[in-house]
Amino acid sequence: MGLTPRPDSTVSYAPPAQEGWVTTRLDFLVNWARANSAWPMPFGTACCAIEFMATAASDFDLARFGMERMSFSPRQADVLICAGRVPFKLAPVLRRIWQQMPQPKWAISMGACASSGGMFDNYAVVQGIDTIIPVDVYVPGCPPRPEGLMYGIMMLQQKIMRERAADKSLRNEMEPDPKSQLYIPPAMIDEVSEPFGNSVHQTRSGL
Amino acid sequence: MSTPFSPVVAGSALPAGSPAPATPTGIPLHGGEANPSAAALQQQFGAAIRRIHVVRGETNVIVDRAHLAEIVRWLHDDPSQRYDYLSDVTAVEFRDPEQPIEVVWHLRSLPFRRFLRVKVELARGEALEVPSVWDVYKSADWMERECYDMFGIRFTGHPDLRRILMWEQYAEGFPLRKDFPLRGRFSRSEQLRQALAANPEARYSMEELSIASAFEDLPADMRGRIGSGEKTGE
Repeated sequence: MGLTPRPDSTVSYAPPAQEGWVTTRLDFLVNWARANSAWPMPFGTACCAIEFMATAASDFDLARFGMERMSFSPRQADVLICAGRVPFKLAPVLRRIWQQMPQPKWAISMGACASSGGMFDNYAVVQGIDTIIPVDVYVPGCPPRPEGLMYGIMMLQQKIMRERAADKSLRNEMEPDPKSQLYIPPAMIDEVSEPFGNSVHQTRSGL
Repeated sequence: MSTPFSPVVAGSALPAGSPAPATPTGIPLHGGEANPSAAALQQQFGAAIRRIHVVRGETNVIVDRAHLAEIVRWLHDDPSQRYDYLSDVTAVEFRDPEQPIEVVWHLRSLPFRRFLRVKVELARGEALEVPSVWDVYKSADWMERECYDMFGIRFTGHPDLRRILMWEQYAEGFPLRKDFPLRGRFSRSEQLRQALAANPEARYSMEELSIASAFEDLPADMRGRIGSGEKTGE
């Protein structure tokens, strides 16, 4: 009887006489495996983590994405899901956990606080974790519903499916090096972001 | 370590036949019946008790800073008071720059079912120093550290007065003071740079961790390396 390909499939199926053989692109096979077994590293710090737990539980069931195995050690994790606000005191911890994750790795910033600091525009909270680690998918919401997180996860899967396994530049990790030409000193960041960014010169309600 | 544990029964020191505790209703905002401890304090310490007022049925006693330690000691030890539980140490700063900063101790007496709020006023311009009550209540340790961290009030006699919420190298000041800007004193990029420069493993002293006794058994060179804040586990 043989396998019937989907109309949009990129896989070529063998005729019934040669069953047991599949030819496909290596990228597709590698990405297919990576996208469907992305073990999450839950970095839950606030109420978003409650929604994350709901997503992992049976009603919404992260196992459908191959993500049911929470990796509480960063060394066996593929996707860091930062769920909740990150205070400055936790910033070096988050950076260290990200550095401990082996490549290939991705990051999801879940909720308003992780993505931008949210309502906590104050002295204690990091204004978006993308100032600490590279983020692949931002999930809006305060907190996002499980459907929102699953939509973000599916976006990440699509992103993984479009990667090229041979492209080394995707896996490059760069630490800010003050000697490099790409390095921008904090004072210059303040200067260029002053009218727009979250700088202390910005005033709101006279505070 | 084998001292028998005798639990304190709430209301056990009240005379027999006392009415069962009930949620009070119809309490006036100001005035009303004061906690009997307030009158006892006035009798015992006289002028060291500056003012007594009752707000929402709770008694506030404003005391002299110099006598605070002995007042708290007496409230804890005296058999007619038995304030055995310190539930909070905090401070209040008002927007009005004329008003003094208050340091507040919330004391609770389980055997007598009493609650007492003791305050010390620190006038503006005065040194922010009050005596520690750590030698009476060991639970004051972290509460006084938090109060120091947020308001900059120094508790003299505290065994280990360091920051507790913010990291120890935090250089922007005391966040709950009224002159502290909401977003801190440094720019966002400078705050992030300083935060990322911190070593997350050097933040707690070994004494704070439960393996403190195991730490003593480590070889001397390992103790030296951990004590100097060297990164481990990389």
